[in-house]
Amino acid sequence: MIELEGLTKRYGEKVAVNNLTFTVRPGIVTGFLGPNGAGKSTTMRMLLGLDNPTAGDVRIDGKHYAQLKDPLKYIGALLDAKAMHGGRSAFNHLLCLAQSNGIPRARVHEVLDTVGLTAVAKKKAKGFSLGMGQRLGIAGALLGDPEILMFDEPVNGLDPEGIHWIRNLMKSLAAQGRTVFVSSHLMSEMALTADHLVVIGQGRLLADTSMADFIRQNSRSYVRLRSPQRERLLDVLHQSGITAVEAGGGTLEVDGTGPERIGELAAQHRLVLHELSPQQASLEEAFMQLTAESVEYHAHADHQGPGDAAAGRAPSGGPPPGQAPGQAPGQAPGQGWGSGWQQPRKGN
Amino acid sequence: MTTPPTPQQPQAQPQQPQAPAPQAAPQPQQAYAGAMAAPQGPPAMVPAPPPAPAAPAPPSAWQQAMNNAYTSPIPIKKTNLGHALASEWTKIKSVRSTVWTLSIFLLLVIGIGLLAVANTQADDYRDVPFTVPAFFGLMLGQICLITLGVLVTSSEYGTGMIRTTFTASPQRHRVLAAKALIFFAVAFVASAGSILLVGLMASGAHSGPEAGDVPWAGTVLKGGLYVSLLGVLALAVGSMLRHSAGAITTMLGVVLVPAILPGFLGIWESTQKLGEKMADYNAINSLAKIFRIDGIDSSTGTSQLVLLIVITAVAVVSAFALLEKRDV
Repeated sequence: MIELEGLTKRYGEKVAVNNLTFTVRPGIVTGFLGPNGAGKSTTMRMLLGLDNPTAGDVRIDGKHYAQLKDPLKYIGALLDAKAMHGGRSAFNHLLCLAQSNGIPRARVHEVLDTVGLTAVAKKKAKGFSLGMGQRLGIAGALLGDPEILMFDEPVNGLDPEGIHWIRNLMKSLAAQGRTVFVSSHLMSEMALTADHLVVIGQGRLLADTSMADFIRQNSRSYVRLRSPQRERLLDVLHQSGITAVEAGGGTLEVDGTGPERIGELAAQHRLVLHELSPQQASLEEAFMQLTAESVEYHAHADHQGPGDAAAGRAPSGGPPPGQAPGQAPGQAPGQGWGSGWQQPRKGN
Repeated sequence: MTTPPTPQQPQAQPQQPQAPAPQAAPQPQQAYAGAMAAPQGPPAMVPAPPPAPAAPAPPSAWQQAMNNAYTSPIPIKKTNLGHALASEWTKIKSVRSTVWTLSIFLLLVIGIGLLAVANTQADDYRDVPFTVPAFFGLMLGQICLITLGVLVTSSEYGTGMIRTTFTASPQRHRVLAAKALIFFAVAFVASAGSILLVGLMASGAHSGPEAGDVPWAGTVLKGGLYVSLLGVLALAVGSMLRHSAGAITTMLGVVLVPAILPGFLGIWESTQKLGEKMADYNAINSLAKIFRIDGIDSSTGTSQLVLLIVITAVAVVSAFALLEKRDV
C-alpha cells in the first residue's frame, strides 16, 4: 500500500511532479504511465526517500520511507538496472544488500535462482548484458520477499523472452497479494500487465482508473467510409440522423452506428462505397491523446497535412478491425507512435 | 485482455493479522519459490495464516487493505549499525580497488622500508626510532589510502549504487558511519601493521649498543593514525563531492599545496608567518615530526595530529549534514 498526497517536486522553476495524489493498492498490478520526462522516476525516487519532496507526503503502509527499519522487507525496488558497482560480483552485490537488512545469506542464493542468475553469481556485474542487469536488479528487489514491489521501466531494452518473463513475474507477485507498482511509457505493455492505471503528464495526474474502465472509455470504435459520391453520402447520412466527421484523405468517420446500417443505407440510395470498415482506436492512441498536451519532448515531423488533424484518433497504421483493444499495436509500439501524435486533440 | 488476477487470500480471511507470523504459515517459502519458478502456471496458493482473535479499533483504510496483503516468511529484524557494518565490510572487500590500493600501499611502505633497513647501519638509529624506514614509504603510501578513502564513498555515486544502498538503508547517517568505521579499521590495521613490521625488521637487524634506545611504539600508533585519518578525511570529501576524480584531486591538493606554498609565502614578510605554519603542519612534515626525523629532542607531532583530527572531524560532520539534506 503506497499513498501519495499532494506530492510535489520542484527543481528551481521547473515543476517535475505537481500535486500528485493517488493510492497504490495491494493484490493488483498498478501501472504508472506517462511519456518520457513526465515525472515517473522522480515520483518513484521520492517514494523511496531518495529525493525530498518540495511539498506533500508519501507513505508506505502508513510510514515514511525513512522510518522503515528494514525497508527491503517492506518494499523492493528496481529503479535502474545499472544502479550497482560493476566491479562487484552478482552474489556480493546481493549479499551486501541482504546484510544491511539482516536477511540471511541463504536468501541470496534463492533470489539468484529465482531470476536465473545462479550460473553467473560469481561474475562481475560489469560484464552483464542489459537483461542480466535487469534480472540482478529484480533479484535485489525480491531479496526481502517484500509485500510491495516497484519497478521503473522494467522491460526497457529487454528481448521478447525477458519481457515475457517480467510480465509473468509481476502478475504472479500481484496474485500472491503483493502490491506491484510498475512504470512504463508503453501503453501496450501496461495493457497486458496492469489491472489499475495511473497516468501522469508533466508531473500532473491525468488519470487514475482501472484498466477495464480505461479501455471502455478510451477504445473508441467507429466506421470509416470512402465514397466517390461523398456529398450525396453525407446528405443521406444526415437525413438519417447520423453524423459523419470528415477525416483525412477523403474519408468519413461515423461514430455510434454499425457498419450494417450504413451499408444498408448506401444500398437503399444506390451509393457506391469504396470503403466501409469498422475501426477501433488502440489504447496506445488513447494514451497519446490523453498525454498529447503534456508531452515534453516532441519530435518534429513535417508530414502533417491538413487532413492529418484526426490522425491522433485514427492513424493509418491503426489496427485491423476486430482486434481486441489493448493488444492493438502489440509488440511494435513504434508503429503507432509519431504519426502526428503531438498534435492537440481535435474533434473530441 | 488482461484479467485481473484475484488475490489469493482476500475476503475469506478478513481478520488476518498484520504482523507477519512465520510460524503460523506452514512452508510459505516453498510455495513462493514454486510460483517464481513457473510464472506461467496458475499463481501458487499462499497458505493463509489463521484469523486473528479479534479486530482492534476501527482500522484505517490502509490497514483494511493490508488485511489481504502478502506477508513474508522472512522474519522482521530491527536493523542496527551492526548490519550496516557487515554490509560495508562485504562491500569494501569485494571490489578490486581495495585490493589494488592496499597492495600498493603495503608494497611501498614495506618495500621502501626494507630497502632503507638494508642500507642503514646500527648507528643511524642513535637519535631516531627504528620505524623511520617506514616513513619514506608512508609519504608515498598515504596517496593510496586517500584514493581508497575517496573511492569507498564516491564510487557508489559514480556507479549509481548509492541509490540501491540508500533504498536498502534509508538511515543514511548509519551508512556513512559504517563506511567510515570500516575504512578506518582497514586503513589503521594496514598502516600500523606495516609500520610495526618495518620497525621490527629494523630493530631485528640493527639493534645493539650503537643504536640508541629511542622508543618507537608511539610512532607505530601515531603514524598509523595520521595516514588513516587522512583517508577518513578523503572519505568525507568523497561523500561531499560525490565525484572520484574531483575528490582525489582535492585531497592531493590538501596534502601537497601546504608543502609547496611555504616556498612562495616566505618571499613576502606579511605572509611569512603563514608560510612557516604551513611548513610546520603540512601532511609530509607532520609525518616527519611523528617519526622524529629531526632527532630525539624534536616534538613528536602531537599538535599536528590534533590539527588533522579537528579537520577530519569538521569534514565528517559536514559530510553527515549534507548527506541528509541532498537528493540522491
